[in-house]
Amino acid sequence: MSESLYVQLLYLACGALLLTAVLVLWLRELVVIIRMFALQGAALAALVGVLAAHENSGELWAVAVGVLVLRAGVLPYLLRRTLAGAGEARRETSPLVNVASSLLAAAALTLLAYAVSQPLVALAPSAATQAIPVGVTVVLIGFFVLVTRRRALSQLVGFLLMDNGITAVGFLTTIGVGLVVELGVSLDVLLAVLVLQILTTRMRETFGDTDLDELRELRD
Amino acid sequence: MSALGVVGGVVQPVLIVAGSPLLVGLMRQVRARLEGRAGAGVAQPWRDLRKLMRKEQITPRGTSEVFRLAPLVLVATTLVVAVVAPFVTTDSALDPAADLFAVVALLALGAVALALAGLDTGTAFGGMGASREMTILALVEPTLLVAIFALSVRVGSTNLGAIVSSTLDDPARVISPVSLLAAVALILVIIAETGRLPVDNPSTHLELTMVHEAMVLEYAGPDLALVELASAMRLSVFLGLLANLFLPWGIAATATPVALLVGILALVVKVGVLGVLLAAGEVFVAKLRLFRVPELLAGSFLLALLAVAASFFLV
Repeated sequence: MSESLYVQLLYLACGALLLTAVLVLWLRELVVIIRMFALQGAALAALVGVLAAHENSGELWAVAVGVLVLRAGVLPYLLRRTLAGAGEARRETSPLVNVASSLLAAAALTLLAYAVSQPLVALAPSAATQAIPVGVTVVLIGFFVLVTRRRALSQLVGFLLMDNGITAVGFLTTIGVGLVVELGVSLDVLLAVLVLQILTTRMRETFGDTDLDELRELRD
Repeated sequence: MSALGVVGGVVQPVLIVAGSPLLVGLMRQVRARLEGRAGAGVAQPWRDLRKLMRKEQITPRGTSEVFRLAPLVLVATTLVVAVVAPFVTTDSALDPAADLFAVVALLALGAVALALAGLDTGTAFGGMGASREMTILALVEPTLLVAIFALSVRVGSTNLGAIVSSTLDDPARVISPVSLLAAVALILVIIAETGRLPVDNPSTHLELTMVHEAMVLEYAGPDLALVELASAMRLSVFLGLLANLFLPWGIAATATPVALLVGILALVVKVGVLGVLLAAGEVFVAKLRLFRVPELLAGSFLLALLAVAASFFLV
């Protein structure tokens, strides 16, 4: 793969990563949000794939396939199953910050990410590290979703968005942290989603809703 | 001022004035066919304009010069943009005016003139339309500037001709994240700015939904013809800018007759295809609630800003 094609494909994958993160923030339908999350998983896998093709490393290819299966397949499937049990609550109705303001906040977060990742980029300037601000932006947007949304499911998507961002930054800085570490992190995320899925289901069974703002105090 | 620029300065306004009502006719025809109607034919807007032009000049009682001058300002500003911006040729007859900020300011000036005319009539509809138009305009203009600015960062110049020529020299730029994000942002603001669905419905006179039509409700006769022509021209100008900023192929870079002919054909085909796509898309969407419009425009602003940010960190 030629150098310019590599850079172009890498940045295209980064652009897709960024765009899907913005769409998660923008859209209301939970089904569509999950689809966007799956697309982001595919974009992340493409990013790892491009890096693997450039480094010519079999291990990275295996990681790319693993990322694709986990983040574009298994996790969206689990989220969809949670949603199917949710009944009528299919929309993120009233986030704490309204959508227009949260989009503007995301614009500010992008600039913040660019500012804070400059020292990281300056450590080892290369085509891959130039894209670190994109990963940091996805982390910040994910955190913003996690903080401002009310539904348990969209908070879960926010958490996973953060994880996608962290993984992207990891790959862009180190070109792969090793198969074992990546496997450990992935299993961790899978476990977290499984636990939260069960938690959401139990919450709904107990309270009839997944609006986390209703949970103000502990009861016995 | 080069020969190419002068030829472009003559051909472009003629092409846009003659072609824009046909573009509107084509879009209405596509929409009619997709909705299962026969449609009035592609030339119908021209027939409407001819009919309106023959009527007597009439203005409502109590209106001032602002009302009478607004259609002229609207047409004049759009015409200047049609002369200077790179539609058929990369060179411009008035190079300093082919600047990103000048073109956006000219287009905004026309919209503001029309909004003032809407206020000048003193009717409820005029005021309501003007207020809505200004709300949308205030959100659209920054996005428009920032989206095109993202493209100009790599060129190092805000001259539209320079942006188009540099994309011609380096075609790989078209599929970079910067271009894609800016393209999406620009499409959204063009839809809002030209008053198409889902922001405004161009074919309705229902008072609760209309924006542009509410402002021009008091116009009649030749004035109405000018307003209609100007809004058709604005649509063609915006679609032409969109086409040439992101897909500049075919635009004439030399002053030979063959290159010019190819340039004209390319512009007609590109704008025609964009118009058909826009009309076909409109069949499938409903109008957005007015209070949801800022959300759409905030989203497009964010995309434009991301495009600018990406043009700085993904170099």
